[in-house]
Amino acid sequence: MSWLQDPVTIQCLYIVAFALFIYGLMGLTGPRTAVRGNMLAAVGMAIAILATALTPGMGNWWLILLGVVLGTAIGIPAARKVKMTAMPQMVALFNGVGGGAVALVAWVEFRQTHGFAGEPAHVSIATLFAALIGSVSFWGSNVAFGKLQEILPGRPISVGRLQQPLNLLLLVLGVACGVAVVAGGTSEWLMIGILVSSALLGLMVVLPIGGADMPVVISLLNALTGLSAAATGIALDNTALIVAGMIVGASGTILTNLMAKAMNRSIPAIVAGGFGGTGGPSSSGPTDKIVRQTSASDAAIQMSYARQVVVVPGYGMAVAQAQHAVREMAKELESKGVAVYYAIHPVAGRMPGHMNVLLAEADVPYEHLKEMDEINGEFSRTDVALVIGANDVTNPAAHTDPGSPIYGMPILNVNESKSVIVLKRSMSPGFAGVDNDLYYDPRTSMLFGDAKKSVSAVVEELRAL
Amino acid sequence: MLVQNLAILVLAGFVGFAVISKVPNTLHTPLMSGTNAIHGIVLLGALIVLGLGATGTLDQILLVIAIAFGTINVVGGFLVTDRMLGMFKAKEPRE
Repeated sequence: MSWLQDPVTIQCLYIVAFALFIYGLMGLTGPRTAVRGNMLAAVGMAIAILATALTPGMGNWWLILLGVVLGTAIGIPAARKVKMTAMPQMVALFNGVGGGAVALVAWVEFRQTHGFAGEPAHVSIATLFAALIGSVSFWGSNVAFGKLQEILPGRPISVGRLQQPLNLLLLVLGVACGVAVVAGGTSEWLMIGILVSSALLGLMVVLPIGGADMPVVISLLNALTGLSAAATGIALDNTALIVAGMIVGASGTILTNLMAKAMNRSIPAIVAGGFGGTGGPSSSGPTDKIVRQTSASDAAIQMSYARQVVVVPGYGMAVAQAQHAVREMAKELESKGVAVYYAIHPVAGRMPGHMNVLLAEADVPYEHLKEMDEINGEFSRTDVALVIGANDVTNPAAHTDPGSPIYGMPILNVNESKSVIVLKRSMSPGFAGVDNDLYYDPRTSMLFGDAKKSVSAVVEELRAL
Repeated sequence: MLVQNLAILVLAGFVGFAVISKVPNTLHTPLMSGTNAIHGIVLLGALIVLGLGATGTLDQILLVIAIAFGTINVVGGFLVTDRMLGMFKAKEPRE
């Protein structure tokens, strides 16, 4: 069996592992191949772990088993029980523990080598980089989790003007400790200094960020954890870690960019914090404008005579758990010969693609889910656009009002359809705190109330027709 | 080894960009949780450091925690991604 423990064999297994990661991710380019892709990546991970276990001289098996059993006992129930609406915080939590693992490994490496005595510079630099980023990611992700789970208040918490200088100071402090270690310092306090200052940095950066920007932050932290894993790979001379970590870093970067664009926000502005609440009420007083109200039966009649209905779902729909009722409504309409599509804004929900998952859970076929670019041309041919719990992504001010905070944000052109029905709890403004002129359009009628109850009432009316 | 590893790092970055750019919006949430599971590979780092004879009680405790963290990341991440992807259905069964 000695050939199994040959370094070449182990290296080859690592190559097989990262090839499977890449091939698996390629599967994620379409819903049909995605399940298999995810499984292939998981097989790759199993191979990588097996290869590591084969490394000559491995010991401490009972402790390793203890850790693996603990992690499995926590991970499996968490993954099985989590609700689809809670997916963003679950991803944040899983991301956080990954970052935490990186930071812990770096700390122990420091202790085992007595401050990297006799180690080449690239090992100490990569390890310290991993420690810093991993620790930021761990604490930042936990704050993000707390905010999304509503353990912490969602509104921005900050120390005001001092926030930026304080963050910068923490970063400089962490890097300075790192430089001291690379320069030959062996005091463990330096390592603790890195871990503590980066932990504080993680807290300080994420706490001032409002709930609406949280998905961008999670994606950014995901990228950071990936990069820290890649750095650990450089330090440990492990190709599987380097490739896997770097791919995650790249994917996190792409997603962060996409989301920031879709929200009309720059990444530095988000990290600087303070959005999501500070926008303030729009200057135009809504008092003089008329809002037309409608009833469930009128809405049902209007939609049953339509040729094409486009549903525009927002997070409000998910909060009200109205997905299944919406699916029922679509079935009723389809049985009457009405074409029903769903217009999905890139940031509908709490993370990109979140709305698609929520609708998929309600058995909506994915062909009916249309991305923004695909559906925007369709609105002019649409008889009824049904907006459920979405606000800012439908606001025409993004096109027309240069003074609006959301000016320039890509939106769904709901106002081009022949008529609009908006399901809303009340007239309160959305995340950006901006009034929506769509609601005062003569073609718009409002159906006030809980989204699930309203949609269920519409379903009843449709059945009675 | 360092230069080779850096080369691998850069190439992996480009591969990552190329592959991930092709993933449609529809699948971005599963993509995020899937790549999240992949960076759980830091588990390997913890395994190597503990397996190759880390001594001292504190160090061993820290590494057991790191292994537990990494395992949560890997096992939880892949499972939850699988659960999500299983929900994407093409056509409803005709009744």
